[in-house]
Amino acid sequence: MSVIGSDNRNLRLGVRYLVLILIALIFVLPLLFMVMSSFKPSDALLRDSSSLRAFLPVGQLSLDNYTGAFERAPVGLFVFNSIFVTGTTVLLSLLICSLAGFSFVFLHWRGRDLMLSIILATFIVPFETIAIPLLLEVSKLPWLGLDGLSWGWLDSYRVQIIPWIADGLTIFLFVQYFKGLPGELIEAARVEGASWFQIYRRVVIPLSGPVIATAAILKFLVMYNQYLWPLIVVQQEQYRPVMVGLQYFFQLNPAWGEIMAYLTLITVPVLAFYLVLQKAFIASIASTGVKG
Amino acid sequence: MKLLNVTAGAVIAATGFCSAAFATTDLTMWYHGAGNKVEGKIVNQIIDDFNKSQSDYKVSLQSFPQNSYNGSVTAAALAGKLPDILDMDGPVMPNWAWSGYLQPLPIPQDHFKAFLPGTKGIYDGKLYSIGLWDAAVALYARKSTMKELGLRTPTLDKPWTKDEFMHALKAAKASGKFDYAIDLGMSDKSEWYSYAFLPFLQSFGGGLINRETYDSAEGVLNGKDAIAWGNWWQSLFTDKLVPGTSQDPAAHETGFIDGKYAFSWNGNWNAVKTMAKVKDVEFLPAPDFGHGSKIGAASWQFGISASSKHPEGAAEFIKFATQDKYLADFSEALGLIPATKSAAQMTQMYADGGPLAVFYGLSAAQAEKRPVTPGYVVESKVFQKAAADIADGADVTDTLDGATDQIDADIKRNDGYKTH
Repeated sequence: MSVIGSDNRNLRLGVRYLVLILIALIFVLPLLFMVMSSFKPSDALLRDSSSLRAFLPVGQLSLDNYTGAFERAPVGLFVFNSIFVTGTTVLLSLLICSLAGFSFVFLHWRGRDLMLSIILATFIVPFETIAIPLLLEVSKLPWLGLDGLSWGWLDSYRVQIIPWIADGLTIFLFVQYFKGLPGELIEAARVEGASWFQIYRRVVIPLSGPVIATAAILKFLVMYNQYLWPLIVVQQEQYRPVMVGLQYFFQLNPAWGEIMAYLTLITVPVLAFYLVLQKAFIASIASTGVKG
Repeated sequence: MKLLNVTAGAVIAATGFCSAAFATTDLTMWYHGAGNKVEGKIVNQIIDDFNKSQSDYKVSLQSFPQNSYNGSVTAAALAGKLPDILDMDGPVMPNWAWSGYLQPLPIPQDHFKAFLPGTKGIYDGKLYSIGLWDAAVALYARKSTMKELGLRTPTLDKPWTKDEFMHALKAAKASGKFDYAIDLGMSDKSEWYSYAFLPFLQSFGGGLINRETYDSAEGVLNGKDAIAWGNWWQSLFTDKLVPGTSQDPAAHETGFIDGKYAFSWNGNWNAVKTMAKVKDVEFLPAPDFGHGSKIGAASWQFGISASSKHPEGAAEFIKFATQDKYLADFSEALGLIPATKSAAQMTQMYADGGPLAVFYGLSAAQAEKRPVTPGYVVESKVFQKAAADIADGADVTDTLDGATDQIDADIKRNDGYKTH
C-alpha cells in the first residue's frame, strides 16, 4: 500500500516537473534561438529556423554577426544611452515616487484621497494618446544649462528622463507596500521626535527593499524598452537608445544574424539587472501580491 | 581723432565685408539610410564633394533608420524642427506636401527632363521631390524551369497574357517539383502589398481611387474589373499556387533560391543577390491582365522642407547630388535603377546589354506611380488589409465594398484633401 502511495507521489512529482519544464522551455527557447542564431550566417539562420537546429550550436558558427553589428551601428553608444537614461530615471523615480507614496500613506493633507485617485486614474491613459501633446510641450520648454537659457528639450537626455520619473504604477506600488508597514513603528519614531523625513529615510526606506526592487525592475523594463518617445523627441544619433538603434538592422534585406547579435548584446544589461534584484523582486511579489 | 575714426571705420567695414564674403550658410539634411553602410558612404561622399565644391553652403547630415523615419519626420514637423533638406518615399510626398511639410523645389522641371517618370515627385502640378533612382519589380524565373515547362519567354513588347501566366503557374504546380508555383512575398506585410500588388489590380482595369478626381474609390476599387481582380487574386491562394499570408519570412527570403518556388515576384534590389546564387535566373516583365502590364514606381527622393530658410542653397545641393556620376554610384553600390539613361550607361549592371538592363526597360515602359494624393497613406493601408483578407478567403465583393467605403470616408473626413 505504501509502495503504491509512494509511486503515485513520484508520478505526480514527475508530471509536475514535466509541466514546469515545458513551461520553462516556452520562455527559454526564444532566448536560446536568439543566442544560437547570433553565431550563424543569415541564410543558415533562416534555414535552421524551421527545425530544431535553430536551438542548437550547429553549422558554421562565428562572431561575424557581432563584428557586423558594431560596424553597422554605434552599439556601444546606444547601450550607454539606454543605461544612462534608464538608470537615472529609475533612481529619480524611486526617490520621487517613494516620497509621494509616503506622503499619501503617512501624512494627512487636504485632497489626499482625491489626488491619489487621480494618479491611479492615469493607469488607464495609454501613453500613445498623450505622446503628441507631450511632444509639443517639451519642444517649447525652457532649460537653463551651462550655455545659458535655451528653449526646447528635444535632442537631449533630459527629454527622455524627466517626463518618465513619476508614474502612477510606481506610486501605487509604494502606497500599497507602505500601508502594510506596522503603524507602531511610525508612531514610536514620532514619539521619539523624529521628523517626517527622518522617518522616511531611517524607518520606512530600510524596510522597503522588496518594493524598491519591484519598482526598480518594472521601471527599468519600461525605460529600457522605450521606442516611441525617443523616436519622436530625439533626432540626433548621439542620444538614441537601443530600441531605436534596433531599426538600423531592418533594411530592405534585414540582416537577421546581426539583428540576433544586437538583441543578444542589448539583452545582457536587462538580465544582469534582473539577476541582481530577483530575490527582492520575488519577495515583493510574495508580500504585495503584485504580479508584475 | 578724425583719422582714427576713419581708420576704425575702415577696419570694421573691411572685417564685416570679409566675414560677409566668406559667410557660409549651414544646411541640415535628413536621410533614411542609417544602418546601411554602403548607402551612408555614398551620401557622405556627395555631401563632402558639395561642401568642397563651393563655400556658400555647408551641408551636415543626420541619418535615421528607414523603418522609423516617417515617424521622426512627422514628429519634427509638429515640433517645427524639420531640416532644410530631407528625403522621402515617393508615394508619401503628396501627403507631406499637402500637410505643409514641404515646399516646391525652386528648380525648373526641365532640369530633370531626362529622369525616369517614377523619380519625379510632382503634386498639384509642382515638382516637390526628385529621386536619384527608381525601383522595379519583375518576375524572377529560371531559364531551365522555363525550358522544362515549355514556356514562351515574355518580352516587354509581348508580355504574358493572363492565360499564359496562369498556364505557367499551373504547369509549375503540376510538375510536382515545387512547393508553390510562385512566391509573391505575402510574408512582407508592409508597403510591399501596395507597391507590388496594386499594379495587378490596375492591369485588370481597376484601381485604388479615381485618378481624375481623386475624390472617391467608388466604381474603381469595387467595380467589375476590381472584382475580377479579387476573384483571380483569391484563386491563387485557394488553388495553392502561392504561399498565403502566413508565409514564413525565411521561406520568402530563400525559397526561390532554394528551388521551392518556380517563380518569384520580386524587386530589383534582390536581383544581384539572386544572380549570385541562381546562375540561370532571368527577369521577366509583368503579365498583362487586360489593361497593359503594370509595375509600381517611385522610390526615395530628395525635397526641401517648408520651414527651410535657405531653399536656394538646398536646391543647389539637390542639383549637385543628382549628377549622373552619383546616380551611377548609387546604382553600382546598391543595384538601384539609375534615374537617367546616361547614368545607366555608366554602370555595369544597367548599361545596354547589362544583366539588369531589363529593369531599366521595365521602369521606363511599365511603371505606374501609386496614386499621387495625400490620401494615399491611408488608401495604401486599406488596400493592404483588403488584399490580405481576400487572400485569406474573405468575400471579394464585400471586402472591396468595405475598402471603398473606408477610403471615401477618409477623403470626406479630410475635406477632399483639398490643397491649402
